[in-house]
Amino acid sequence: MEKLSIKDKKLEAIDLNVYYGDKQVLKNVNMAIKANTVTAFIGPSGCGKSTFLRTFNRMNDYVEGFRKEGDIIVDGKDIYQKMVRVEELRKKIGMVFQKPNPFPKSIFENVAYGLKIQGIKNKKLIEETVEKSLHQSALWEEVKDDLKKSALSLSGGQQQRLCIARALALEPSILLMDEPASALDPISTSKIEDLIYELKQKYTIVIVTHNMQQAGRISDNTAFFYMGDLVEYDETKKIFTNPEKERTQNYITGRFG
Amino acid sequence: MTNSEKNRIKDKAFQWFGITCTIIGLLVLAIFIGDIIAEGFARIDWKFLTSYPSKKPEKAGLYSAMMGTLWMLGLTAIIAIPLGIGAGIYFEEYAKKSRMANILEINLANLAGVPSIIYGLLGLEIFVRSMGMGTSLLAGACTLSLLILPIIIVSTREALRAVPNSIRQASYGMGANTWQTIWHQILPASMGGILTGIILSLSRAIGETAPLIVTGALAYVAFVPETPMDQYTVMPMQIFNWISRPQHGFQVNAAAGIIILLCITFLLNGIAVFLRNRWQKKVKW
Amino acid sequence: MICAILTVLTTVGIIWVLFSESYTFFQQVSLWDFLTDTQWTPLFSDKHYGILPLLSGTLLTTGIAMVIAVPMGITIAMYLSEYAPKKFRYTVKPLLEILAAIPTVVYGFFALTVVTPFLQELIPGLSGFNALSAGLVMGIMIMPMVSSLSEDALYAVPKSLREGAYGMGSTRLQTSFRVILPAASSGIIVSVILAFARAVGETMIVAIAAGQQPILTGDPRSSVETITTYIVQVSSGDVQHGSLEYKTIFAAGITLFVFTFILNSVSFYIKKRFQEKYD
Repeated sequence: MEKLSIKDKKLEAIDLNVYYGDKQVLKNVNMAIKANTVTAFIGPSGCGKSTFLRTFNRMNDYVEGFRKEGDIIVDGKDIYQKMVRVEELRKKIGMVFQKPNPFPKSIFENVAYGLKIQGIKNKKLIEETVEKSLHQSALWEEVKDDLKKSALSLSGGQQQRLCIARALALEPSILLMDEPASALDPISTSKIEDLIYELKQKYTIVIVTHNMQQAGRISDNTAFFYMGDLVEYDETKKIFTNPEKERTQNYITGRFG
Repeated sequence: MTNSEKNRIKDKAFQWFGITCTIIGLLVLAIFIGDIIAEGFARIDWKFLTSYPSKKPEKAGLYSAMMGTLWMLGLTAIIAIPLGIGAGIYFEEYAKKSRMANILEINLANLAGVPSIIYGLLGLEIFVRSMGMGTSLLAGACTLSLLILPIIIVSTREALRAVPNSIRQASYGMGANTWQTIWHQILPASMGGILTGIILSLSRAIGETAPLIVTGALAYVAFVPETPMDQYTVMPMQIFNWISRPQHGFQVNAAAGIIILLCITFLLNGIAVFLRNRWQKKVKW
Repeated sequence: MICAILTVLTTVGIIWVLFSESYTFFQQVSLWDFLTDTQWTPLFSDKHYGILPLLSGTLLTTGIAMVIAVPMGITIAMYLSEYAPKKFRYTVKPLLEILAAIPTVVYGFFALTVVTPFLQELIPGLSGFNALSAGLVMGIMIMPMVSSLSEDALYAVPKSLREGAYGMGSTRLQTSFRVILPAASSGIIVSVILAFARAVGETMIVAIAAGQQPILTGDPRSSVETITTYIVQVSSGDVQHGSLEYKTIFAAGITLFVFTFILNSVSFYIKKRFQEKYD
């Protein structure tokens, strides 16, 4: 894996150790992610990949007993410093969750939410941004006739694309996706995968997935986690055809799962 | 000021507002209790507890009211507990999802919301007049029983619901019928929750004044009831009466009576909460 | 089985009793007079039977109580649910339950002997019995009810919604009021309606502190009589069974019953209909 110069590193973890209370969930993770790439985190359940994902937007702050050692750097800045405003951070980093979680509001209101909490009041600007975001998440054609409809009336796949649009409305530079398609049917899943491929041009995307074929399909680089250790991190092609570590090989070939 | 800064300030402001509201609520509670203790504590002595009411505040005591309350508590418990538990069991274990069951449900929810004084009117017509009980302890107890019945039923149902289905399956699987299952397995398992509900409802019953006023609790009772058909007074009634008198001495008496009443109420509630915690700990299926 | 039937009998009993007595009442007093006459003087020689003064007394005290209880109750619920650290919540909740367990006659005492004199210092000309004291204290009494039911409603909102909002950089305030509160709105509305019904049916606080003069007024400083107080007043006195005066308590009672019945039914309906949102 090529070594990145400092200015190329969009996201970086340095000697990261994470604990929930007494239990250590991440051990000595070192990793740098380049801008405009899609990076997949794979590994068996409970290996820490979701936790690692969430250290980047500090969503772990809400877990009781959360403790970390080491640094997380985003755009060259340590985001765990005391002066960092978490709300600002999260406007630059969008997150999509495993189970679609649209707000119980209309489709329009869902996407507009991020703008409104920033204090943007310009109606025209909001409408344009909502439309743009829905286009970007490939949902516009399906909902453009009735944006006032409740978001909860959409199908699972549509809801997830709505959540993506919602995240994109803030024009973040980074998108964190925590198993975004695992709760969806195959057709929706493939739509989302196509979407990720499109979005790569504008955004840096990190995606946690259980589905190795998915990782193989859409990501540039892949990181394999096992029991809190970052076992191997390299170009996706290499990981899936010629991994260096035996454990990686075993996981890829389905020897354990 | 950026929007983000404004938002932060608003957030902090609300946090303080929330704490303040909570503290105000608790402060008021503290003032209440403090005031009542200050006014009435000195008045409580053995004489107070064992005297009958009198026209002179210094001579008036709580005795007849306390005895009345005890009687009322006992009678109400005897009437309401079996009926309440029985109805609760029926609702939870026997009733199918039929229209009948639905109607009963709605009915129960409504009864829980009926003001206590309406129960008093009901009691007046039916128990005092039509059934000829007169303004007796029994009439009052029947009225209060109806009042607290919904509470007992609801808490019984919740306690029964908390027992996992697997136990029922196991019992039926061994050939037991519904009643046997209930009696031997489910009731014992849910007893903690049921007991909690009963104690809480009795605690509520002790403090009720309005329905008893309507069904004829007396204001001035210089004797202790000896049978359920006797006339009576209860503590809240006595307190109410004392409050209504102009002399300051009676206000002091009222405060003293309140302290006693509160002690009993809190004691009962405390026992109920203690039981609830213990039962919840035990029921970690 | 019999026990369950008993509950139906109770409802039937209440309705029957109220209706039958009121029926004979309304044979002697026209319904129109009852609803529109502005004076209520059944015990005096010049008899009027308009329910409006009693109704206004009830609504005035209830209104004041709601102004206190609802904002405070919801704020506290919001604070405890979304902001407060666990320990704080753990200690405060039982204390609020204590507030709810105090017998209403005690609240009445407090209203009369502490709140009224206190207010009399602030508001000159405040009569010894007034709607304001009673209303304020009633507000304190039902506030725990609002806060507890609201908190349950807030608690039922799934965690994923909070995550979604925080993940987008919302502050706690924004998440609480823009996302969680609307999501819990049906439960909160129910809590408000139930509190209202409770306040309407409250007897002792108003009987002790609000007064026994039925006056049609919107002025919280004046003495008022509520429907419930009237029933107490007549029951404590010597009124002949079967007389028209006696029947007035049932006419008053049925008004009260209809009111609370509607409120309770509406809240039941809302709960049933809107609660299926999150399964």
